[in-house]
Amino acid sequence: MSSTFDTVASIIAETCDIPRENIKPESHAIDDLGIDSLDFLDIAFAIDKAFGIKLPLEQWTQEVNEGKATTGQYFVLKNLCERIDALKAAKGA
Amino acid sequence: MYIEYFLLVDRIVALSIEEGVVRCEATVPTESTIYQGHFPGFPVLPGVLLIEAMAQNAGWLILAMTRCERFPFLSIINEAKLRNFVRPGNVLLVESKLIHEGSGYIKTENRVLFENAVMCEATTTFRVLPFPSPVFQEKLIAHALKIGFPAEFAPHGR
Repeated sequence: MSSTFDTVASIIAETCDIPRENIKPESHAIDDLGIDSLDFLDIAFAIDKAFGIKLPLEQWTQEVNEGKATTGQYFVLKNLCERIDALKAAKGA
Repeated sequence: MYIEYFLLVDRIVALSIEEGVVRCEATVPTESTIYQGHFPGFPVLPGVLLIEAMAQNAGWLILAMTRCERFPFLSIINEAKLRNFVRPGNVLLVESKLIHEGSGYIKTENRVLFENAVMCEATTTFRVLPFPSPVFQEKLIAHALKIGFPAEFAPHGR
């Protein structure tokens, strides 16, 4: 988790020009860091590449739009990192 | 190029899903009302049309990847560089290469060549969605097949 978070935080800092120290596990990418959906796409692609996974961003967005999930479930960074770890584990299984 | 109809590539010369590459030919029209303003006495194809030509070129690859079931809507243009003037009558080669696919989006690197010189380049990202209209899908597939889109990537029975 911590290593995943460090990688994700570095990607966000570099992609969105946000100071690394402002990026915390409790940060909400949209509400706290002000990242919009198209900017988040660059982050998602960089995460895909860094971890060798495919974030199902389209499915997450649909679930949020349909009220089946909250944005916090996917875009609070500690939750995002948990999902990345799960995708990594599923890929390695 | 049929600028009035916003059809900016003329013929698909190569398309490979395995390699993630598409190349199209596009001849810049010798006559167009656009040149009256861009520019008087010095006709040049506007850079925005070159960027659209690259997007349309990449679009044929993405349509093939989705078997014409989804349409790529241009969402992001990065790193666009307009390096040389493109003039009436130039026969251009437009090239696009897939660099990432995921999260409902596809990203491509593109460039336009004239006599082996790079005239412009850009990275484009598309949101790939189901066709919003069956008429749109039908007309696009009909046009695709006319310009050399491989029939194997069109829905059966077309």
